[in-house]
This record gives sequence, structure tokens and C-alpha cells, in this order.
Amino acid sequence: MRVRVKLFATLGNFAPVTGLPGTPFEIDLPEGADLSILIDRLKIPAESVKIAFVNGIIQPPNFILTDGDDVGIFPPIGGG
Amino acid sequence: MWFVRVNMTDLSASIEEAPEAYKILGGRGLTSTLVAQEVPPKSHALGPNNKLVFAPGIVTGTSAPTSARISVGGKSPLTGGIKEANAGTSWAADIAVMGIQALIVEGFPKEKGKYWGISVSMDGSKPKVEFFDATEYAGKPLPQVFPDVYARFGDRISICSIGMAAEHGYGNSGVVFNDQAKRASRYAGRGGLGAVMSSKGLKLIVLKREGAPGVKIVDHALFDQGRKNMIEALRTHAITKPKGGLNTYGTAVLVNIMNEAGGLPTRNFSSGRFEGAPKIAGEAIFETNKQRIGKELYNHACSPGCIIQCSNTFHKPDGTEHTSCLEYESDWALGADCGIDNLDQIAEMNELCNNYGLDTIETGVAIGAAMEAGVIPFGDGAGAIDLVHQMGKGTPLGRILGGGAEMVGRAFGVTRIPTVKGQAMPAYEPRAVKGIGITYATTTMGADHTAGYTIAPEILGVMGKQDPLSPEGKAALSRAFQATTAFIDSSGHCLFIAFAILDIAAGYQGMLDECNGVLGTNWTAQDILDYGGKILKIERAFNEAAGIGKEADRMPEFMKTEPLPPHNQVFDVPDEALDSVFGDL
Repeated sequence: MRVRVKLFATLGNFAPVTGLPGTPFEIDLPEGADLSILIDRLKIPAESVKIAFVNGIIQPPNFILTDGDDVGIFPPIGGG
Repeated sequence: MWFVRVNMTDLSASIEEAPEAYKILGGRGLTSTLVAQEVPPKSHALGPNNKLVFAPGIVTGTSAPTSARISVGGKSPLTGGIKEANAGTSWAADIAVMGIQALIVEGFPKEKGKYWGISVSMDGSKPKVEFFDATEYAGKPLPQVFPDVYARFGDRISICSIGMAAEHGYGNSGVVFNDQAKRASRYAGRGGLGAVMSSKGLKLIVLKREGAPGVKIVDHALFDQGRKNMIEALRTHAITKPKGGLNTYGTAVLVNIMNEAGGLPTRNFSSGRFEGAPKIAGEAIFETNKQRIGKELYNHACSPGCIIQCSNTFHKPDGTEHTSCLEYESDWALGADCGIDNLDQIAEMNELCNNYGLDTIETGVAIGAAMEAGVIPFGDGAGAIDLVHQMGKGTPLGRILGGGAEMVGRAFGVTRIPTVKGQAMPAYEPRAVKGIGITYATTTMGADHTAGYTIAPEILGVMGKQDPLSPEGKAALSRAFQATTAFIDSSGHCLFIAFAILDIAAGYQGMLDECNGVLGTNWTAQDILDYGGKILKIERAFNEAAGIGKEADRMPEFMKTEPLPPHNQVFDVPDEALDSVFGDL
């Protein structure tokens, strides 16, 4: 299956594409892969990930992805 | 500790020992208490019976980190209710070390069109107030005012002032303070307190701290222990640490995460997603600066002693500075809410707001509403820049915009107006993040994210995780955040310490120990909630007496009937839940 991924803020360094952090790219994953497998595949240290969205909803690391999912991953951030 | 009362009727000042009963009050706790006691709730906000109160926080002026906040209070011309707005600035630290617990501006000028300034200095152990004619500083953008004031009084001063927006009497007008680079950029922005200061005929408050005695600390050992734990929490938490999220990307790092969450209000709150979000986000600000000045630029402190350092500068294509600070709410209001994805245009509007003395949130939302009305199209950056100029200059259209988003709705017959109690909503869509909607609806301040920032657990994963789309349990969450915030706003700390101390228990204890060290109190965590809750009740009672009761704790109708893309949610929090926020306090 293929998912669309955006890596934001400092995680942008792990993206296989150039451009601003958050520039989307696509990645192929085995069927049944969850968020933690995706994060591992991108060589992002698990502890660097604070929040991951799948299709606009915050999901835990063991959330199973499906073909065409839109994933956004963030390190710890805050503001206001 | 002193109460300095400045009477603008006869241009006199009285300096009295602060009453013992007020000893434990600081910041918002003190401004709200004094406003509630001394301002008739039904008085006109721009009339002779309103007062403008300045109070530094409990630990402001000490070596406690990130604590140079000044609270400004009064009756708001925008909401008609009580208002506290605070800012980080050396002015806060200076008034605190001068031993001034509150500076209260009262009375009404006899002569219209004339402005006064006051300079406050030390006369031995006591503050001294001198008046000077400040009419020459009126009618000018603030970058033409501050350098002249520094030239007149010397570099070792702090400045509080108002801009042309306040002189026009707008509900959208802030009180401005200097930053560390002498810019007129640190705003107690919301609710029109600038117009209250202008109505008193007061243009400038200059502090000369030379000879100031400093803040009295009852228990130095306890204070030092608290301070160390606070520093440790701020330096280790991923959000607040050096080169962490805030220091690197500034508060606009939130643009992308709110957009992902479908909660970034776009084109006058008609969508929760903005396709131009990545182009205006904190990451884009960082990368654009890097490209334009040839190196990575990390952020700076807005005020002395801040170790979070989230205040940024944005640079023009030639590398020169365009504006400071371009923060999340401003970036969003002048950007996504107006459908504008050009950082240079957003920076220009931000700078104009600083120069004219406008609140960026109210400005952006008012322009977004005007775009909805068809005054200019969404996305028209050049047109929006012109509208901000019109606000500053006081053209008839500019004056409608300066009255705030709700005034724009009335003038143009727009029904989608995102306000509560007359104040424009900030940068989080209540239909996509229910808890913050409860805060908007119920806070005494009118729609205000800082009053109870439930975004922390609902989006950012700070202090646990809560489903943003669910209304379940959110009334209690908002109530707890509102009470804790009322205390933090009284402590003198910047609200951003909350990211660290809500996750790191020793940091929370650090805040308690700092306050107990300064005051000689024995407060516990429960006392903080009680203290905050008491302030909320004082503010609520003032609002009720002003005619703003629980029936005003409601969302605009369109949020209950128009589903918001992408989640297609309405604001579905029942009225009973909204009423329980204060009902169960």
C-alpha cells in the first residue's frame, strides 16, 4: 500500500524530499503496517515523535494504516 | 509596596502604602480586584468612571525566569466587561523593582485633544510622578515616537504607550510596551484598553528605575529552590528548551499542526484547513529568514530574564528586518483567516498593527469579515494592507474596521461573525477543538485562547491527551485551565511556562516555591486553583453586574448550524455544559 506523509518542524530533516518541512511525499508500506512501522522506516527515533495525525485525526503508534492514508507527524511543539 | 494613583482630572498623583489586604495579589489578580472594587460595572468604558490599572506579577522583577509580565486591567470598550491583558516587557520588571504594586490611572481630562505623559522615578525609597505635555507624540506611528522618547529621557528607561488606533477610540486598540531592542512591539493587545488609556488623555508612562530598591523576598532559600526547579523544567522540556520548538520556529510552529487537525480557521471561519498553511508556518518563517540573512536565526527574549525566548524577527528579501514579533495568532489572523499566504504581506500588516497600536487578532478577523462582506476579495494581500492603513488613518471604513469584527458584521450585514462577548476568536476553530470553544464561550474576557488553553491536551499532547472533537469532560477541563491560568497571570510568569510545568511536576512545585518565597505564604497546588477560582468569580460578578451574564456565554449561531470542513462538525457542546463552567466553580 502507499501512504502520503508530511514531516513537520525538526522532523523535516528525515524527509526524503527537499523543500519546507511538511512537504508531502509518498511511501510504500507492507499491508497491515502501523504508524510505528512507518516511523521506523523513515529512521525517525520513536521518542522524537509527539503527535501523529492520520487523515486529520490524532492516532497512537499502533494505529494500522490503509492505502491512501494521509499522515502528518510532529515532534513536541507548542505556542499560542 | 506602593499604590500609585494618577489623577488625569487635575494632573495629580498620590503615592500610598499598598494596603495589607492586597499583599498576596499581583498581576491579573490585582487588576481584576481593583477594577471590580473601583469601577462601576455599568460605567462607560471610555468615560470618567473607568480606570486603567497596571500591576506586575508576584515574582516579576525577581530572578525567576520568564516572569517579566505586566497586567493591564479596566472595563473593556470592546466587550463591555472586565478585561485583563498582559505583556512581557522590561516595563514590567522595572515597575516591580520600583516597589509599585499597582499604578492606577483615574479621572478624566478637562481638555480634549491634549495628551499627557508621566515619568515615574525614585525619590529616595518612594516613587515620584512627574507630568509632561505629550501632545507632540500623538497622531504619529509609534516608530516615530519611541526613539524621541528614548532621546528625551535616556536609554535606561521603559516605555508604555498607545498608538493612533487608541487615539481614535477603537475597541481594537492595545497598550504597547518596549521590547529588549527598544521597539514598540509588546502589546497588552486585546479588548481595547489602549482606547481607555487614550480616553484619560494619557499617551506615555515612562519608568526610570535608577535607585529602585528591588523586589522584597521573604524566604530567599525557598525562592531560590523554586527558581532552580523552574529553570530546570523550562530548559529540559522539548517545547521550551533552547533550540526547542518555540525558540526555533516561534509560536507560528502551530500553523501546520492546527491545519493538520482541521482546526485552523480559514477565510473567516469557513474552513478548518488552509491550503497555504505551509507557506506561512513557523517552519517557513525560519527557512525564509535563513535564506535571506544567510544563517539560521533563533528567536530572542521579549523581556528580561526569559529563557524560553520565542520572540522572532522576520526579514525582508534584502535581509533587513521587516517586523517583530510575527507570532502565531498574528500570522494566522492576517494570513489564513484572510486567505493570504504571502509572508511578506502578512509581515507588513503585522508591522502596521504594531505601528498604529492595533490588536493583530481583532484586526485580522475584522478584515476577514470585511472580505466575507465583499469589501475586498479573500486573498487580496495588497487590499488588506490598505485596510490596515485606513484603520490607522481613521477613514470612515477604517473606523468601522477599528470597531472590531462584530462592528464589521453590523455595518455590512454579515452573519458569520466569529466573536464571543464582542471579541474576535483567536486561531483555533471551536468546531474542531471543543474544549477551546468552551473557553471562548465562558471566559470573562470574551473569546480568548489564553484564558484556558485546552489546546495543550487536545492537540499538543501536553498534560495528557484528549480527543479534540469530543465535548466529553471538556467543561471541567476548561474550568481547571481557566483557574490555573488566572493564577499564572497573577504570578507574573508567561503562560508558556505551562507547557513545561504541566508535564514536569518539579517545575509546578517550582512556581509554588517561588511565590511562597517572595510572599512568605504556604500555598499548595490546591491553593493555586482556589486563588485562580476566586479571581474568576470576581471577574464574573463584575460582568454580571455589567449585564453580561451566562446568557452571553454562547457561541455565534453559525457555529451550531454550519458544519466545518474537513471534519464536518458543528459546535455541539450543550448549553448546560457551558453553564457548568462557572456554575460548578
